Amino acid sequence: MKHKVMGVINLIHETDELEQLTQGRCLATVPFGARYRLIDFVLSSMVNSGISKVAVFAHTKYRSLMDHLGSGKHWDLQHRQSGLFVLPPATDDIQEISRGDLYHFYQQRDFFNRSTLDYVVITRSHMVCNIDFEKVIQYHLEREADITVVCKQQDSLAGKARKVSMDDEGRITAIQDHYGRMTSDISSMEMYVMHKDLLMELVETSLAQGQDHLVRHAIFSRLDKLKIYGYMYEGYLGIVNTLTSYYRNSMNLLRPEVWKELFYQPGPIYTKVKDEPPARYLENSKATNSLIANGCRIEGTVVNSILFRGVHVQKGAIVSNSIIMQNGMVGENSFVQHSILDKDVRVEAYRDIRGADSSPFLAGKRKII
Amino acid sequence: MGRKEMIAMLLAGGEGKRLGVLTKDLAKPAVYFGGKYRIIDFTLSNCAHSGIDTVGVLTQYQPLELNRYLGIGSPWGLDRRDGGMTILPPYVKQKGGVWYKGTANAIYQNMAFIERYDPEYVLIISGDHIYKMDYELMLDHHKRSGADVTIAGIEVDWKEASRFGVMHIDDEDRVTAFEEKPKNPTSNIASMGVYIFTWTELQKYLIYDEASRSSSHDFGKDLIPSMMRDGKRLHSYPFKSYWKDVGTIESLWEANMDLLADEPPLELADPSWRIYSVNPNQPAQHIGASAEVSASLITEGCLIEGEVDRSVLFYGVRAAKNSLIAESVVMPNVRIGEGARIYRAIIGEGAVIQAGVIIGSPDDNAITVVAVDQYVTNDHLLREVEHS
Repeated sequence: MKHKVMGVINLIHETDELEQLTQGRCLATVPFGARYRLIDFVLSSMVNSGISKVAVFAHTKYRSLMDHLGSGKHWDLQHRQSGLFVLPPATDDIQEISRGDLYHFYQQRDFFNRSTLDYVVITRSHMVCNIDFEKVIQYHLEREADITVVCKQQDSLAGKARKVSMDDEGRITAIQDHYGRMTSDISSMEMYVMHKDLLMELVETSLAQGQDHLVRHAIFSRLDKLKIYGYMYEGYLGIVNTLTSYYRNSMNLLRPEVWKELFYQPGPIYTKVKDEPPARYLENSKATNSLIANGCRIEGTVVNSILFRGVHVQKGAIVSNSIIMQNGMVGENSFVQHSILDKDVRVEAYRDIRGADSSPFLAGKRKII
Repeated sequence: MGRKEMIAMLLAGGEGKRLGVLTKDLAKPAVYFGGKYRIIDFTLSNCAHSGIDTVGVLTQYQPLELNRYLGIGSPWGLDRRDGGMTILPPYVKQKGGVWYKGTANAIYQNMAFIERYDPEYVLIISGDHIYKMDYELMLDHHKRSGADVTIAGIEVDWKEASRFGVMHIDDEDRVTAFEEKPKNPTSNIASMGVYIFTWTELQKYLIYDEASRSSSHDFGKDLIPSMMRDGKRLHSYPFKSYWKDVGTIESLWEANMDLLADEPPLELADPSWRIYSVNPNQPAQHIGASAEVSASLITEGCLIEGEVDRSVLFYGVRAAKNSLIAESVVMPNVRIGEGARIYRAIIGEGAVIQAGVIIGSPDDNAITVVAVDQYVTNDHLLREVEHS
């Protein structure tokens, strides 16, 4: 990247209504798209945009996050000088963990102060997109904005997002939480670009005023004082923070045009490498309109479904409109429809599992049915 | 540097002449195999699973792609502080340099590399074969028998035996006779080209062989027979699993087809013996609404809208509607146009098969090979496509 930019993926108090899927993991590491975790999309976007220093502000349930990210080498973020920094809460008082993100940004201020980079891109982990941040920075500089918020115009949203309205120049006039009364088809993607010095100033002054949250307090309250612009993102976006949105946005990947765009344009999406062999289809197996990861073994029928790495669909089994996560097993002659099966779920032979399209059946990790 | 018990020297300079257009710009060990691998992945993964952390890879023929692929050995866990992977191309010395004249000479020229690690044993392997083998068990065998060299041996079809070095062995696996590519073989136990030498013996014989004017500096032709003549202890390590030399178009095609059996002789999905390779970073494969897939291996990044039957597809293959791929091996990033039909073929990386093109025929047993990056149209079929 031409400009000196660092990335922050902020997992502190991220909206999470994924029920059992986030029982033992944070939203950022929810498996998505047959072989990825939610965080891979924004992390890969940063890397493909030339950002080589990324901090992940971990908050709670971050074991799976540490395991997934490791040293960062799968995202090419294992460098001598920059790279990936996973920063869990730095506090000696357990009570403080539940405080708002401003407090945590303050605790991590050394990360910003030590860096020689000028700009910060702050994001969440649950925006499934493939975005070139270089363009956002370019826009930020052209507008001479104090803060640039990445926005998306979209009629129907499966997930929950803040609503934004802006004037003809693109300057943001109002932001409201998803339940706010304002009608606007523009959503905030919760991605903020600003100068590092401004961020530090906002953090310190807002905290001193007794405020807690970076966006709701520090940024919302300064719409008139600061020049806050909206950058319109044109690519595919899936907002994944509720179970319904998880299911809808997963099923969207079955559209070839979404698959071709989201996973390739403008850059590839990286994830932790697993060394699984190619998927194996046996004689008499049937697969249509599905996304299937390596390491799968298909002996039965798979329709309109997403199979993560190492899933085994046995003879006579039918999987339809479902999502089966890593190492799942569907036994002989079982029927699974409108279901989400978390990792390592075993469906024994001759079972019949049906959810509804509007409310898929969800089985927690390692469940045996 | 600490002493290593055993290091591996991997011969990866093979030209693979009989693979024709597939090895025009590529060393044989870098040829694609099994839907996501290259041939050399199997030996390197064997090393990884056998606890070998120091591997010298000897390259010579068309090393560019191979070097790029191997990198610093990270995918195979060989980016290590002490040891790891070292690529050893021929180099120029004070008195001038020479190409590797033969397998033994290649090791001879790199004796200084081996001496750095001062190993007790040296494992000699090649990057030309598909097999899963625990070299540690072979080393145990070597130590137990007190042999000077242990040669991995496998029973082959009698009619194939003359392609290999064959061994006669006694009840205790001691080699009593060794013949390199005999016209009329009297044994069907073939040398797999996998040797464990006690380093002091190997060192002696490498120097001795180099000095011999009549030698062609080859392990099978020269060095092993000369140890035999001197009455050294040669033992055979019996290997009973799948092993395939994929040196010809037919054997490469066959070995790929072997993977499609219900109970494949070579299991790629064994979690305790993963085959490591460089990951192509592709999304999960998309099997389209009009696709039909059976008895096949398909990798990430494929977008399939046609029919695939008894075939092996590498990453990034796009097969359009109404296309058919049958009994074929399709290498990475191949584009197959609407209505194209492919029977019994090996399609090289990046080739484009235009809509409606028919390659091979369901009634013909011959295997058609389409070269890397070829653009195949109906008009140019005969000129562009090489028939084996």
